[in-house]
Amino acid sequence: MSEHAHGDQKGSRFIQHHYDDAQHQFDSGKLAIWLFLAQEVLFFSALFVAYIIFRTQHPEIFEYGSQYLDRTMGAVNTLVLIGSSFTAAYAVRCAQLRNQRTLVICLAITLACALGFLTIKYFEYSEKIHHGTLYGKKFVPHVDPDGATFPEDAVIKPCIHGSEGNLGADPSIPPPAEGEAAPCPDNTNMFFTLYFAMTGLHGLHVLFGVFVFIWLLVRAMKGHFTPDYYGPVDYAALYWHLVDLIWIFLFPLYYLI
Amino acid sequence: MAAHGHGEHGETLSHIASMRVLVGTFVALLFLTVITVAAAYVDFGGRGLNLAVAMLIATVKASLVILYFMHLRYDRLFHTVIFVAGLLAATLFLGFALVDRGQYEDDVIWDKDNQPAIKPYTPEL
Repeated sequence: MSEHAHGDQKGSRFIQHHYDDAQHQFDSGKLAIWLFLAQEVLFFSALFVAYIIFRTQHPEIFEYGSQYLDRTMGAVNTLVLIGSSFTAAYAVRCAQLRNQRTLVICLAITLACALGFLTIKYFEYSEKIHHGTLYGKKFVPHVDPDGATFPEDAVIKPCIHGSEGNLGADPSIPPPAEGEAAPCPDNTNMFFTLYFAMTGLHGLHVLFGVFVFIWLLVRAMKGHFTPDYYGPVDYAALYWHLVDLIWIFLFPLYYLI
Repeated sequence: MAAHGHGEHGETLSHIASMRVLVGTFVALLFLTVITVAAAYVDFGGRGLNLAVAMLIATVKASLVILYFMHLRYDRLFHTVIFVAGLLAATLFLGFALVDRGQYEDDVIWDKDNQPAIKPYTPEL
């Protein structure tokens, strides 16, 4: 890239020669990120539609399954993401106003919040692994929703079992015997299948955000971002707000039933 | 909603959110999160109503994020058009999926060797 190709520009060296000027480059990137975000909405909509269809058909499994989730952890994660969205938006303002020091601090806090979110998610997931509340046929709960361990002599069966009324199921797993209470409503595994699919995809987006913010932090510390070149900060912040947006819906849909 | 540019904002390439707007949005989002958790412990008279309240609060929160954190209120109209088009397409998708949900015949199993992993749903007609 030839630096300062346009003599009339005070220009950042990151303004590519194939753009007319800084504004042209910025607007092109902004259009692209909005197209990407619209695509992300459609990407997640598939899972949201699956959720809505299943919940309208089988509301009881959502009411039951939701009791296994920890509202406090979900609420803390919501606050963590909202906080990081604020610092991301603040970072854009700092870049626009050439406030180098605060820009670095804001990006660092955003990154820390993203890692904090993933840490809390890790504790939630590992608890589910320990308790056997996983997706599909791996849904073999060892505890009831209140956290009480089932007694040792209790017959623990997955909620998919082979029987006439429960098509689908793994025929090798026998249905509960006569008079023996099923541990949970039929198909409760579907709640956890959707839970892991949706929070997992969202978590992958957070993980991707972590790498993006590391990259931004390094560049910000090198002083790359100036009032005529802050596109990457702005685009990453927009992406991050969308990730926040999706969590704003996931939280009540899973934790607050 | 018209174009921003050099003239309007001096040195910068796009709208600069004021600190008042940023902090105000942040505080509103925190407040609404507390409200939505508190609302989950109140019975509004049925699961459906509680869900409606939770979704209403989530939609307000989402709108705040989109309008102020994402600058859409001050941004080009075309970016709103793109984003709303995505939302409309998703709504269409959901609408068509829901329209015939009473007609689902998931107890009709075509492939007996590969049966669905869930119990069939029989609608109460």
